[in-house]
Amino acid sequence: MARGARGPAAPMDFTSGELSGGEPLSSTPAVEQVGADGRGAATNLNPDELLKFYHDMLLIRRFEERAGQLYGMGLIGGFCHLYIGQEAIAVGMQQVFKPGDQIITGYRDHGHMLAAGMDPKEVMAELTGRSGGSSKGKGGSMHMFSTEAGFYGGHGIVGAQVALGTGLAFADWYRGTDNCSFAYFGDGAANQGQVYESFNMAQLWKLPVVYVIENNQYAMGTAVERSSATTEFHMRGASFGIPGEQVDGMDVLAVRDAGARAAERVRSGAGPIILEMKTYRYRGHSMSDPAKYRTRDEVDQMRSTRDPIEHIRPLLDGAGVGADRIKAVDDEVKSVVAEAVQFAQSSPEPDPRELYTDVYLESLA
Amino acid sequence: MPSLNMIQALNSGIDTAMSADPNVLSFGQDTGYFGGVFRVTDGLQRKHGLTRSFDAPIAEGGIVATAIGMAVYGLRPCVEIQFADYIYPGYDQLVSEAAKIRYRSGGEFTTPITVRTPYGGGIFGGQTHSQSPESLFTHIAGLKTVVPSNPYDAKGMLLAAIADDDPVLFFEPKRIYNGPFDGWHDRPVKPWAGHELAEVPEGSYTVPLGQARTMREGSDLTVLAYGTMVWVSLAAAEEAGVDAEVIDLRSLVPLDIDAIVASVKKTGRCVVVHEAPRTSGYGAELSALVQERCFHHLEAPIQRVTGWDTPYPHAFEWEYFPGPKRVAEAMRRAMEG
Repeated sequence: MARGARGPAAPMDFTSGELSGGEPLSSTPAVEQVGADGRGAATNLNPDELLKFYHDMLLIRRFEERAGQLYGMGLIGGFCHLYIGQEAIAVGMQQVFKPGDQIITGYRDHGHMLAAGMDPKEVMAELTGRSGGSSKGKGGSMHMFSTEAGFYGGHGIVGAQVALGTGLAFADWYRGTDNCSFAYFGDGAANQGQVYESFNMAQLWKLPVVYVIENNQYAMGTAVERSSATTEFHMRGASFGIPGEQVDGMDVLAVRDAGARAAERVRSGAGPIILEMKTYRYRGHSMSDPAKYRTRDEVDQMRSTRDPIEHIRPLLDGAGVGADRIKAVDDEVKSVVAEAVQFAQSSPEPDPRELYTDVYLESLA
Repeated sequence: MPSLNMIQALNSGIDTAMSADPNVLSFGQDTGYFGGVFRVTDGLQRKHGLTRSFDAPIAEGGIVATAIGMAVYGLRPCVEIQFADYIYPGYDQLVSEAAKIRYRSGGEFTTPITVRTPYGGGIFGGQTHSQSPESLFTHIAGLKTVVPSNPYDAKGMLLAAIADDDPVLFFEPKRIYNGPFDGWHDRPVKPWAGHELAEVPEGSYTVPLGQARTMREGSDLTVLAYGTMVWVSLAAAEEAGVDAEVIDLRSLVPLDIDAIVASVKKTGRCVVVHEAPRTSGYGAELSALVQERCFHHLEAPIQRVTGWDTPYPHAFEWEYFPGPKRVAEAMRRAMEG
């Protein structure tokens, strides 16, 4: 059914004989081969765009480093899952985001919020539980939202956001727009049952949703091989006829290109797609994770050979971006993060009266 | 004014909401083409189209979760969980997402979903088609939990629930879908036809959530009940020969505490009735509230009549179901105290 014909006035084509739809299973999932060097083809090397990628990834990196420090100082309590190492995914995918689209993710969400353009001050102040936080301090690290940025959380229950993202896509479909939803989850969440309920519904109803699996190799402390019968996560939609693509998630350009192909597909009404981003988190699962399930060598090896920010430096050089412009970005990021930290420490604690607000529209207490 | 049973009244409620607001949609297992196992959504797909009234896979977690996703984006889904006993796969989403999104977004996002689900016993459904899980939801801040007891309230409360900006669990007492069953299971069942509460207006009206209804005024004691147990309690008052004031709570959260307190202060005695098991049932909350607020007015211990602390048995349907005999005994105990 043509996307242009959608909307409440256009009945959903549930009863046609094309429900199993999509490509024939023999050709799905379509696996995009990454190059022998592990890098996708670097296309459209625009210096300004490259510099923006660099800026956005660096902002996440520096923000997360400071968040880790504030946690160590006791200024952030509870849970704090850092995105360091995975920056290329949120930043690359953001390039295909259109106003009106939706982003929804799990608990490792700071990077997504920054990439989506949420104010670093509000994000950091939410981490410190202050009234200036994006959820007035009531959400915390895993629970932030922004209408403006199209960011629908921030969800602490592993896998829960996948089904919500499917509902968001339904709303896109229902309204007849060409918007879509980007539902992010990890290799661990990929084993949750409701993910497959979502896959079934999304393909049954041809919903415009891009499922982005950030495969960072570890579900908390359990390596994918120890928790997953199959570790080729891009193929997890095969039994529903949902195509999948495996992407080098450490390469922001490969992510952007795969994201563009995926978004084009789902916006056209062809139904959902799965992108498996092969990535790696440098830090522990959370701040209390001693990371004894992997070796120091493994982490060092990834950092020194696959780092998404280091990857882009020679490209900047090749595109003729001078050291002065890079330095200017470094300085700007440093000051934005410093401001965020300052704000997060100076913003007042929420008024105790806020405890009972926002439970219901009108307080029942 | 047409005389409708609860099924027809609920159908009229969803139809009215869908006609008034294009953001309202209805889905669930078998609810589209087939019209639902209890026929509550019958005809809605023909009238409102496949886009707005449709069938979902047998996947309660997915049904609830996609509804939440739709709702945070501005739609108002009214979903059916075929039996309340099937709701547990969706419980995580209701508790962790629907109930909490407003709070954890600092009021920025809301989840206006209505989850309709038939509940309760008296139909020989055994342990997986008879349960009353309402207290699992009343315990969760951020959710509203309501239970109509008659066609008029069913439609008016459903319209209020769909219009509500917070998530609402809408428990439908399936034993009284077709008539106000009073618990005398060996007597003929009366249909709703001709009952004054079966006179259901066409078009839109709402019964505000959070307002109790006094079904029978009385001076001897106060009965707090909801759903099927309202009718059982009325029959029990007759059986016991007690001038009972029977209050149909209609809404458990929000609760009309003022109506409860006013009545108990007047009568000085209180009987709490529900089908769900006794331990940690909603009756425990009601008893605590009455004790806290009416202690000096109480002339006897509060009585609770409930299901037993067992799975709902198939063989002992009428021993488990708190029928009018058991409720009447509790009334007598309350009068003796």
